[in-house]
Order: sequence, then C-alpha cells, then structure tokens
Amino acid sequence: MGYLAKFRLWRGDHGTGSLVDYEVEVNEGEVVLDVLHRIQATQANDLAIRWNCKAGKCGSCSAEVNGRPRLMCLTRMNTFEEDEVVTVTPLRAFPVIRDLVTDVSYNYAKAREVPAFQPPEGLQPGEYRMAQEDVQRSQEFRKCIECFLCQNTCHAIRDHEENKRAFAGPRVLMRVAELDMHPLDTLDRKRMAQDDLGLGYCNITKCCTEVCPEHIHITDNALIPLKERVADQKYDPIRWLGSKIRVRSKSE
Amino acid sequence: MSDMERYAFDVVVIGAGGAGLRAAIAAREAGKSVAILSKSLFGKAHTVMAEGGIAASMANVNPNDGWKVHFCDTMRGGKFLNQYRMAELHAREAPDRVWELESWGALFDRTKDGKISQRNFGGHEYPRLAHVGDRTGLEMIRTLQQRIVALQQEDKRIHGDYEARVRVFAECSATDLFTTGEGDEQRVSGVLAYWRPSGTFVLFSAKAVVIATGGIGKSFKVTSNSWEYTGDGHALAMLAGGSLVNMEFVQFHPTGMVWPPSVKGILVTESVRGDGGVLTNSEGRRFMFDYIPDVFRDKYATTEEEADRWYTDPDNNKRPPELLPRDEVARAINTEVKAGRGSPHGGVFLDVSKRLPAETIKAKLPSMWHQFKELADVDITLEPMEVGPTCHYVMGGVEVDPDSQAVVGVRGLFCAGEAAGGLHGSNRLGGNSLSDLLVFGRRAGDAAAEYVAGTPEGTLDEAQVQRAIDTALEPFSRATGENPYEIQSELQQVMNDYVGIIRTKHEMEQALKLIDDLKLRARELSVVGGREYNPGWHLALDLPKQLLVSEAIARSALTREESRGGHTRDDYPAMEPEWRKVNLICRIDGDGVDVVSQPLPLMPAELAALFDGKELSKYLTEDELSALGKEKA
Repeated sequence: MGYLAKFRLWRGDHGTGSLVDYEVEVNEGEVVLDVLHRIQATQANDLAIRWNCKAGKCGSCSAEVNGRPRLMCLTRMNTFEEDEVVTVTPLRAFPVIRDLVTDVSYNYAKAREVPAFQPPEGLQPGEYRMAQEDVQRSQEFRKCIECFLCQNTCHAIRDHEENKRAFAGPRVLMRVAELDMHPLDTLDRKRMAQDDLGLGYCNITKCCTEVCPEHIHITDNALIPLKERVADQKYDPIRWLGSKIRVRSKSE
Repeated sequence: MSDMERYAFDVVVIGAGGAGLRAAIAAREAGKSVAILSKSLFGKAHTVMAEGGIAASMANVNPNDGWKVHFCDTMRGGKFLNQYRMAELHAREAPDRVWELESWGALFDRTKDGKISQRNFGGHEYPRLAHVGDRTGLEMIRTLQQRIVALQQEDKRIHGDYEARVRVFAECSATDLFTTGEGDEQRVSGVLAYWRPSGTFVLFSAKAVVIATGGIGKSFKVTSNSWEYTGDGHALAMLAGGSLVNMEFVQFHPTGMVWPPSVKGILVTESVRGDGGVLTNSEGRRFMFDYIPDVFRDKYATTEEEADRWYTDPDNNKRPPELLPRDEVARAINTEVKAGRGSPHGGVFLDVSKRLPAETIKAKLPSMWHQFKELADVDITLEPMEVGPTCHYVMGGVEVDPDSQAVVGVRGLFCAGEAAGGLHGSNRLGGNSLSDLLVFGRRAGDAAAEYVAGTPEGTLDEAQVQRAIDTALEPFSRATGENPYEIQSELQQVMNDYVGIIRTKHEMEQALKLIDDLKLRARELSVVGGREYNPGWHLALDLPKQLLVSEAIARSALTREESRGGHTRDDYPAMEPEWRKVNLICRIDGDGVDVVSQPLPLMPAELAALFDGKELSKYLTEDELSALGKEKA
C-alpha cells in the first residue's frame, strides 16, 4: 500500500536557503501535509510548517506545491504519480521566516485599514431583521478562511513588490465588497476602495478565484461588482454635478 | 535576557479563540489595556472548527423555548453533574451574546421573517442553534477578530495608534505564569512567552491574566483537535496554585471521519443528524433505537415512523434517537463496531443521501460535502459517510468561581471557555461550547478589569524569570536525548488505548505507569536546529504540560468508580447518585498530581422546581430529594 516518495522542500530563512531532497513513506489516502509531518517527526525535527486544523477550515498551511499555491492539507498524494518529485516551497509573495513559513503580516495590516461594520444608529441588538436572500451575497465572502492564497497569487502583488504599499489585494477588497453588500451597513467605503486600497490595480484576470480553496467567486461576485459600484458613484452625472456645486467634497 | 522584549498590560489574555477574544473585548471596553497571546496567527484558533452552531434560546423558530428549557437540557446532558450556577448564567445570557455578534457584523442564516435561524441539535429540546451553514465557528471567530480590529480603529482615532490599548501577539506562546507575594497576598504578576518565529522571549507584567487556552485533545491519538490543544492553560493554572475539576470527563464526539487513515478523527458535524441524517450498521439497521437509556426513554422516539415524523412535526412527535446526547451515541457506535456490525473501515454509516435532496445537502452542509469530497473521495449526496468516535472536548477544566470565572486559589487569574470546568458537567451538548465561550469569556474579561482597578502593581521576580528561560532553553543543550515527536506520539497512543471511551481500573493503572515513564524521558528532551520557528522545540515546551494534564485525566478517571457522561467504566457500568455529589479536584503534588473529592453544590429549590420529581429521582439521592422537597418516585 505504501511507497517511498521523493520530496524536495525549500529549507532556509530570510535571505538564504535551498531545496533539500527527502525520501519518505507515503500511505493510502494521505495529503501533502501528512507527508511533511512524517519528515518532521523522523528526519527533520526543526522543519518549519504552519498548520492548524488539517481539514481545510483554518487556512494556515498555505504553500506552493509543484509551483501551485495550495493548502497542503487539501492536496492529496494520489494526485501525483508515485515516481513524481513533489516540490514544496513557501508562498512567493511574502517574506520567508523559515522553511515553508512566511511573514503574512501585510495582509493583517491592510485588513486593519478597512473601516469596520457600522450598523444604523439606534438599532438595538436583537432587533436586526434581514432576509436570507439579502445576506447570502456577503455570506459567500465570509466563507473566506484567510489562507491568503489569493493575495499570494494576484500578479499585482506577486510580481510587483512595490504595489504592496498602494494595493490591498483581493482578500481585503472582498471584505470591502462584503460590507458594501451587508444589508444593514451604513458606511460608504467605495471611494476608499478606489483611492486608498488600490481597487484599480485589479485587472480581473481571476487568478485569485482560481486558487481559492473555498471556491469563492472573488472576481465575479466581489471585485467586479465593487468596481461597478465605484464607477456608478464616480461617473454618475448628478453626483458629479453635486460634487462640483458643493464648496468642498468630503475627501478634499 | 538582553534580547527579551518587555511589556506592561493591565490584562493579559492567553488564547485567541472565542473565549479569549471575547474576554479581551470586555476588558478593553472596560477601559483596560489588553494583550492577547495567540499560539497561531490571529483568527486561526480552534474555534474555527466548530460547525453546527451557537446554542441560545432566542425562540426564533419555536416560541416555546426559553432560558429555563435550555438550562434543563444542559443539566440533563451533563447528567446533573454541572455547576448549576454556570448552567443558569449560560442559559440566561446566551441570547444577548449572539445578538451582540450580529451588531458586530456577523451574518447568521435567517428565518423567513428575517430573524436568526435556529437548528436542531442533540439534547436540545427545541431548534436552538444559531448557525451559518456548517461553518458557524468561522463566522464567530471572524466576527470577534473584526470586533477587535474595530476597537483598534477606535484607538487609532483617539490615540493615534492602533495598538494603544489592545495588541494581538500572534504566534506567541506562553510558557510560564508568575505570581508575587506569599499566602493570602499571593497574586498574579506576569507571563513569560516566546515568539514562535524568532524564538526570542517576551515578558509581560500584568495584574490580571485570563486563561483561554482551550482543551487537551492532542493528548489522544484519534482527535478532532489541532496541535494547539495541549492543555497549556490547565497546566499553567495548576502550577500557579489552582486546581482542575472533573478532568475524567472527556467527550468523544460520535462522528469523526474514519477513513482515509490520515484524516481519522476529523469532525463530522452533528448537524448532519440534526438535519435528518441517520446512523446504520453493516446490517442496515438504525441501531440507535436499541440504545435509548432509561433516563431518556420518554423523550425519544421508539419507532422509525415517529422519528421521521418529528422532522416536520416536532410538537406532536418525539425526536429520533440519533439526536441523543453525544456520550450515548458515541458509546452505541463503539458497541456496534465491537460486535462486528461496523462499516469496512471500522466505523458505522451516517447517511444523509437518502434523506435529503442533493441541493439541500449542499446548501445546509456545504463544508461537509466539501470535506468528504476533497479528503475521502466520497460524495455525501450519493452515498453514506463512514464515521466513528473521536476525542473532541474536555468537560473538566480549571476550577473557577461561577460568576466571575476567577480561578479558585489564585488571585488575579481568570479562566474561560473549554479550559474552565463546571458548566457542562459530565457531558457537553453540541452548540453549548460556542455559547460558553461568549458568555464566560465576557464575564472573565469584565471580572479581570474590575479586579485590576482595585489592585496595586505587582513585581516580577527576575531570578524566577531567568530560571524559566533557562528551563525553556534546556533541550538545546542536549546533543542527544529524547525526540519530542516520539514521546508525544507514545502519549497519544497510551491515552487512546487506556483512558479512552471505555475504561477499566487495570488499564488506567497501566496508563499512569506509562505516563510516569514518559515524564522521566521528557526530562531528557533534545531538539535540533536553532530557535527560529522550530516546531521541534515548540513541541518540547508543550510536552511537559501535556503529560501533567494527561496524568490528571487518568488519575481522576481511575478515582471515579461509576459511569456517567464522558466517563465510562467497564468495571463500574452504573451511574451512582452518591458519585453525582462529588467533584474530583486535581492539584499539583510534588511533580505529580493529587486527586481529592469535594462536594458539588446542590441547585437551589427554584431551579430544581424546573424538573419533575420523577426525573430528578433518576439522578439525586433520597436525602437530596427530600432536601429539595421532592418525592422519590
């Protein structure tokens, strides 16, 4: 039932490192994370891996398996040939801490820039009434497990370190869309999405959607509608006129 | 200690799951400065694994529900070993805690009239669980995480700094808890922790500490718990002079995945049964009808026809026995498998495919569908799942004051959530965990803030801190020694084999002997590599705590000579009213654990009046019944 598999893991820290080969037993039904745990327990006690639930629910074990951004706990070994070398490297868009663990603090810093949910004045807890159809859209985005695979894959971040300052990435912009579609939220974050969080950097190539382990339609259901809403607001002739007539608009 | 960071906070919360975050929110809202220590990244705590829902008697689906019914269900589920006052507070306050989440942005599934929808669950009389599909824990942790962020945004506006009053120390593990003063003056003074990424130490001085570290499941081989669940808080509390209560009660969730081997133990939510799934054995029989215990006989359907009618007409039919409390279902599955009526991979079948249309299954149980598809190649809309018991939760925990969650015996120390004992008695009902985190997390945070206000600054003993650091670094100094992974794996096997779902005296004595051996070996732990993100070293630091708490479980289990809830003795199969009056308390004794008996407070007459005498007489002694003015039936 079991066989010896060839693994190639990136080992190292911030600056330096290299791919190291391991031969390791693999058993029926296992996922990449199981095999890495076996290497850790028997051959490399100090192999750094970040993981928690091992069931695709917490989004901790993100890495790149044969170049593809994935959750290691959901990558089954039977998707590889037995003689295939499985190469596991850390997420490319974030600085390496050690081995397969990266510093993902960028994502948390950007998330903190999005103003929180703001309910209507005077609405007391327990009085909230919302229809299922109305909460469903935001619920899809709240399935997000914050694995940051979308952030890692989005080429506006992955290939352009310099964009990180101005661009918050798909995860964070999806959060803006989620709040914008929340039936009871009262705050308008559309201008902010465009001006401060860099919505314009997204050119809807759908790479984020492709790697999402929760199968959230990030581009189609969150980012494109958000872009449309921003455009509606920005290019609405009446609003445009209004902004010119007023002495000073809000952001000036 | 030159590379050590130092901080001073009013309150340090150890643990960033539901209880820890709720406690931090409360303490911050009370105006205190708060540090949150999280072993993982922010928002990854084990709370995300909770699937089914949050139990709260909002009565949105069935108007007959109310806190009194919830209280009674909780006591029944715990076989009346619960700390009654905690069960009362929990039932009373849970609805407010859920509504509050909504005001922080949570989006629960809705009823037709736009209220929070509620679903059925084992042991709950009415549909009571607020939920979001089968990912309720994720919704809860994300909402609390975002509430913390909202408070940080407020602090940024006022003080110009996001972290002026709440700071999250992610991937920062606590190793030691310090106290100052002697005797009655002894109180909490601080916490030592280390950054997992860098391996450098962080010293917190704090007047109050809240333990919210969750459970102990990682000491068992087959478990739904993650690596974080090593009983850190249980051990820290004991080592600081606190005690543990009822540690023998460990919940084996009846339905964990059994195949493939690498996912054995991963949770299959009880909602599958709540929404219509049935359990069958290899003969195709719905065997749960054979396992309805006497104490529940008048509450559960005895025929398949009545059980099936209940899903559409719950007021006029009794509920299916698949929805008995978890301890009953887990034991029944265990018995079926042992009798040779199990599924091919050593579980039983859980089938929802013949009960609900595929689209309904995908809508109501999306992550279960996903999980089986991705991990086991099973499409649950077409075929049954194979499931079996998995170590899931510890009912026992740190002994606390029921109102304030103050740890008994240690001033300035508080504890909430799974790490605290009492609320669930001998068995927890599904859904009562998330509500527990919210209700008692808030109470612990409030009480900690109040305590801080009246307490002078403590001092940290630098020599004590240095000793703790030296101990933590010791494994690096041994060129050869024991491999922490091996010792942990042996401990998991011991606990699984000898202190598992069915227990006997001989096996537990064996377990204690083996744990003693492992403790000796754990003194010789050796780790390779450096201090930066070194999981081998991290495990070496968790392991002594795991061993200590495992000993507490085994020793309590050996002491309690009856079967009740999450503690089943093959050699003492009956539930004994005399034992119901007893709490087993664990304290540190030398480098081991000592167990003593302590009386469990009897509920006051006004709460007892919520039950009929016939039911109480199944649990209480005659003396207790007459003290409450109830007749023996």
